[in-house]
Amino acid sequence: MKTKKIDKREEGVGVVEAQYFTIDSLTLESGEKLKHVTLAYETYGTLNENKTNAVMILHALSGDAHAAGLDIEQKNPGWWDSMIGPGRAFDTNKYFVISSNVIGGCKGSTGPSSINPATGRHYALDFPIVTINDMADAQKRLIDHLGINKLLTAVGGSMGGMLALSWLVRYPDRIRSAIPIATAIKHSPQQIAFNEVGRQAIMADPHWNSGNYYGGPLPAKGLAVARMIGHITYMSDMSMEEKFGRQRKNGTEPFKFTADYEVEGYLRYRGDSFVKRFDANSYLYITKAMDNFDATQWRPLQDSLQGLKTKVLVIAFKSDWLYPAYQSKEIVKACKRSGIETTYCEVDSTYGHDAFLLEIEEETHLISHFLKTVFHEYETA
Amino acid sequence: MTYVNVRFDHKAILKLVKRQSAVLELGCGAGDLLSLLIKERSVRGQGLEIDEQAIYACVAKGLNVIHGDIDSGLAEYEDKSFDYVILNQSLQQIKHPDSVLTDALRVGRKVIISFSNFAYYKSRLQIFFGGRTPVTGALPYQWYETPNLHFLSITDFIEYCRLKNVRMERRMYISEDKRIRLLPNLFAQTGIFLVDRGL
Repeated sequence: MKTKKIDKREEGVGVVEAQYFTIDSLTLESGEKLKHVTLAYETYGTLNENKTNAVMILHALSGDAHAAGLDIEQKNPGWWDSMIGPGRAFDTNKYFVISSNVIGGCKGSTGPSSINPATGRHYALDFPIVTINDMADAQKRLIDHLGINKLLTAVGGSMGGMLALSWLVRYPDRIRSAIPIATAIKHSPQQIAFNEVGRQAIMADPHWNSGNYYGGPLPAKGLAVARMIGHITYMSDMSMEEKFGRQRKNGTEPFKFTADYEVEGYLRYRGDSFVKRFDANSYLYITKAMDNFDATQWRPLQDSLQGLKTKVLVIAFKSDWLYPAYQSKEIVKACKRSGIETTYCEVDSTYGHDAFLLEIEEETHLISHFLKTVFHEYETA
Repeated sequence: MTYVNVRFDHKAILKLVKRQSAVLELGCGAGDLLSLLIKERSVRGQGLEIDEQAIYACVAKGLNVIHGDIDSGLAEYEDKSFDYVILNQSLQQIKHPDSVLTDALRVGRKVIISFSNFAYYKSRLQIFFGGRTPVTGALPYQWYETPNLHFLSITDFIEYCRLKNVRMERRMYISEDKRIRLLPNLFAQTGIFLVDRGL
């Protein structure tokens, strides 16, 4: 790649504060109505006068609205900070970037850990089943609220890519383009299987207590194991070899089933730290939403895309075995059949599924040029 | 109109393409021809290219390009999706030229094919007198590093069109920066054909 190296020291968007938007009532795909729905979101950059420079960032399973800058309390950088900021892929000098959390989540938006206004208690499993489309609906209400008619793009990796596809299929007149990254039109049995093992781990934890654990001990072990499985699927054989090898940890007692190897220590650490920031019930709801997602639910994808002026940029990663490139190619195939303008790149990466968070240089090149073209076409349309 | 720094074969292809048409280029490389067609003919362009670095170059030019190989990538398009399907120096590099050409004629109303002529007289001299596999301006590779899987002459292609009932609408023969009108299979380095199904 012959692009400018991204200077890590370059200033990002600085300290940001989450904002909240409340929808009085949201009708879900199931037909149920969810009242007083809150959506957490952050914005970076400035919306231009004609409101033509807005970009919607869509996060993955365990992500949140904090995509860029430093959060006000912990001063932690956002999950896609290297992509968002002045001079970055989503250049905040040019674009108004919105990053929205999803309903069903636990990061400031309404989900199973929220208080049910009808009972005054945590929803837990009384929270209705939500879908990827429901999540996109809530986000669409947010851009209505912000007065944005058309987004320049809806972009995300993994579940964020599913959300981008949901936007593309259901709100094509509200986006100029979509950028689904490392994602699928629908989950394969293998993807459902990994999610199911994660869910079973949570539900097998005695503290889970049919979802009623709020105020008591958390199903921490179960959620940690779910996260450990997740992390295995996010890496690749090669990235694990590079990162850990068969390196042993110091100070472990042999034959006591302690974390002898670096990889074990890493997974335990990842699992344990996840418990501190994520709600187990949200994990159940969101993984189920991903498993149930099917962009061809109503009709073949190419029929949904037929005649659209929306441009699509699809990105996949060679070593991603959780969302293999063939699934991205299915999206591309539908785009080809429908005749819409499409760009596809299978980036040569060893990082596995995590690549969408790590292959910053390639993504920056692809996205910044693609967005520039989309923005130019919007401005001159 | 004059074009500075534009390859002669690109200029020739430009002449064959109508304004505001839809173009699919198979093996578009870094996208120079596709960019030229968009700029000069306002075409709606789509590229297909196998090389990842070339994809980045295309995206930097603002082109729509799909990363994939021609042999499998063409089948996914509907009939007559494009006014033109272009194979510029890529026919020699694909595994199954016959099935790709058949599919290109299905996907495109017209197909533009440009290839290096293996029967160019300098190649013939190198084989005949040198006893060596020819290396020329249009075929610049040694046998051990050539991306070309197939070698064909202008006469071969014309014969192919006859055999497969492909209608040749226009032919252009060039060598260096000149049009060749006399004995093209001997004197042209490159043959450019505009063909269709003639229906």
